[in-house]
Amino acid sequence: MRSKKQSRELLLKGGTVVDPFRKEKYIGDVFIKNGKIQKVGDVNYKSSMTQVDCSGLIVTHGFCDIHVHFREPGREDKESLATGSQAALAGGFTRVCVMPNTDPPLDTPESIRFIVEKAETLPIHIHPIGAITKGQKGKEICEMAAMRNAGAIAFSDDGIPVSDGEIMRLALEYAGMLRVPIINHAEDCCIRNNGVMNEGEISTRMGLTGNPDIAESIMVNRDLELAQLAGSILHVPHISTAKAINHVRRMKKEYKYLSAEVTPHHLYFNDEVLVGYDTNLKVSPPIRTEYDRQGLIKALKDDVIDCIATDHAPHTIEEKERTFDLAPFGMIGLESCFGVVYQILVKESGMTLEELIPKLTVNPRVVMGFQTDLFKFGIQAEIAVIDTEKEWVFKETDIQSRSGNSPFLGKKLTGKIQFILSKGMFTEMT
Amino acid sequence: MILKQKHLLGLEGYPAEDIQTIIDTAFGFRKVLERPIKKVPSLQGKTVANLFFEMSTRTRISFELAQKRMSADTVVFSVSSSSLNKGESFKDTVQNIEAMKIDAIILRHPASGAPLHLTKFVDAVVINAGDGTHEHPTQAILDMMSLQEQFKKLEGLNVGIIGDISHSRVALSNIYGLTTMGVNVMICGPSTLIPPHIEKLGVKVSYDMDEVIDWADAVIILRIQLERMGTGLYPSVREYRALFGLSVERIKRHNKDLVIMHPGPMNRGTEIDSAVADSERAIILDQVLNGVASRMAILYLLLGGKTEEN
Repeated sequence: MRSKKQSRELLLKGGTVVDPFRKEKYIGDVFIKNGKIQKVGDVNYKSSMTQVDCSGLIVTHGFCDIHVHFREPGREDKESLATGSQAALAGGFTRVCVMPNTDPPLDTPESIRFIVEKAETLPIHIHPIGAITKGQKGKEICEMAAMRNAGAIAFSDDGIPVSDGEIMRLALEYAGMLRVPIINHAEDCCIRNNGVMNEGEISTRMGLTGNPDIAESIMVNRDLELAQLAGSILHVPHISTAKAINHVRRMKKEYKYLSAEVTPHHLYFNDEVLVGYDTNLKVSPPIRTEYDRQGLIKALKDDVIDCIATDHAPHTIEEKERTFDLAPFGMIGLESCFGVVYQILVKESGMTLEELIPKLTVNPRVVMGFQTDLFKFGIQAEIAVIDTEKEWVFKETDIQSRSGNSPFLGKKLTGKIQFILSKGMFTEMT
Repeated sequence: MILKQKHLLGLEGYPAEDIQTIIDTAFGFRKVLERPIKKVPSLQGKTVANLFFEMSTRTRISFELAQKRMSADTVVFSVSSSSLNKGESFKDTVQNIEAMKIDAIILRHPASGAPLHLTKFVDAVVINAGDGTHEHPTQAILDMMSLQEQFKKLEGLNVGIIGDISHSRVALSNIYGLTTMGVNVMICGPSTLIPPHIEKLGVKVSYDMDEVIDWADAVIILRIQLERMGTGLYPSVREYRALFGLSVERIKRHNKDLVIMHPGPMNRGTEIDSAVADSERAIILDQVLNGVASRMAILYLLLGGKTEEN
């Protein structure tokens, strides 16, 4: 991967432009001047321009991942804002939202400002998500207004569900006043019962404690009803079960401030892959059954699930080499994301590219209230150029993250990022 | 190699003919154990490390004795699970031990899947001596050997497994092993201690112990862990005993030839009455002796030892 400052006049020539905002697809050019969109359509080459041949490639919005863990501050041995940014670029992402489960957690305006300031010089846009409660302890809500003013884009206690229904109600009401989304890791911790994988035939065969699907669906249902009561914006992260999808599907018919995301790994794997006790497949929520996986694909097609988010969760090799019960939850996902979802959704599940792209671009930006028309005149360019025909095997050399905990290593994927334009930089994948 | 797999990690998917080979070999070693001089030179020069990351008395002694009877050199490493949780690297520990030139590792570990995990770090033969709530294959093999001793053959037998199935590696290994050998298995216990979808493993489920006794040729009574009291899994010892205890009264009511097994350690008066455990029907101490013979057979077959005749 090579990055350099964009030329003053840059012409992306002859690509297939997929505009997820206007829902259009055509052969065309994108002209960028001083880092800003000048024209999208037919542009004649002039000698002052640096031309990049995009024929045979897809030119679209830079991707937006609203759920990543960059581990800074506190666990820079796993990832930092800088290394995470490189991983994002490799996956075509120009904008991410980082979760607050750092050490210390992002639960004050000061810690939010730390992220915002540190991200300024990095090649992608990074937005901090603030903690809902102080210390992520689920007891007292944070200074959400001051945190929002400092740059917090949403609030979540991330891996730790807000168990107390009354606190969740208060958090939704308070965030509702500020019109900021609340994201709750939806699991009933009592029912989850320290499960380390999906509860079912496979967990029984493996002698591992199961986490039943209703641990998620019961909590999702509670959160939906509370959000409706409070009139607040709720985003359901990494939905994993058919039962939770049913709740979202039903509630979306009567309540509009509601969205949901799914991860590439929940779309790709089912729980049968766990039989080898590969700790890289230990994630929270767990990989579910094939029935759930099919339900997720269908819900994404039906727009019951709005967007794809990776839940990029780096961990050291030492931690992941522990036994299955002790290894931490999570896998990295930015670099492999497009190759995985294009393979599963477009190649195997009959979705079109035009249906897929919004799930990675416009829709997550809508959830967070970001600019969604990235081909508008004068907008700073955030563009991904993709070779969707490229078949490749995901290898360690494709990983830019500081951690390598990916179960996709060795998997054959389809579709690879070629160029990324972000914050005035031009990055070329090699 | 006589057996198809290098390691003995579990009985899920383990070939029936290999289970039979182990049992048949074990009967041979059982004869050795009944001689005045109980030692054979089969594993002379082989080194076996017993790594017990979890408390064990009988399994550890049984393995050690099996190794000594076969003239192997043995080392024992015991560590409490609490010190493991303090972040000691499992990988470092086992790689250090293997660096001392070990031929086989006997592993007891509180984590399900630990033996398979171990095979990624070491070249030695790995034998699972119990991993978490997953498998305890050598126990199931000695149970099957004991059943064969009683009934001459395994196929077609009806065996009930009664107790805390959810947390029992003995139950799971027996389910895999027995069903592979054509034995009909019925499991029984409080509904809170029956794992989800267990019937997909080819067993019947009953909550009525009398039904199981009526049906079974033999029952395996599992230890009920008293430390699980107070967690809501079962309400009290007296209620457990009333529903799932193998009491003198229950045995009298049925008045049939029933072979009674228990992997130990027993809670006398809870899951099994003393008078039942000590009765003619119980083959609990035969199981212990067969345990040494089975483990000798497993070590012999996996380490490629020589028979006395050679």
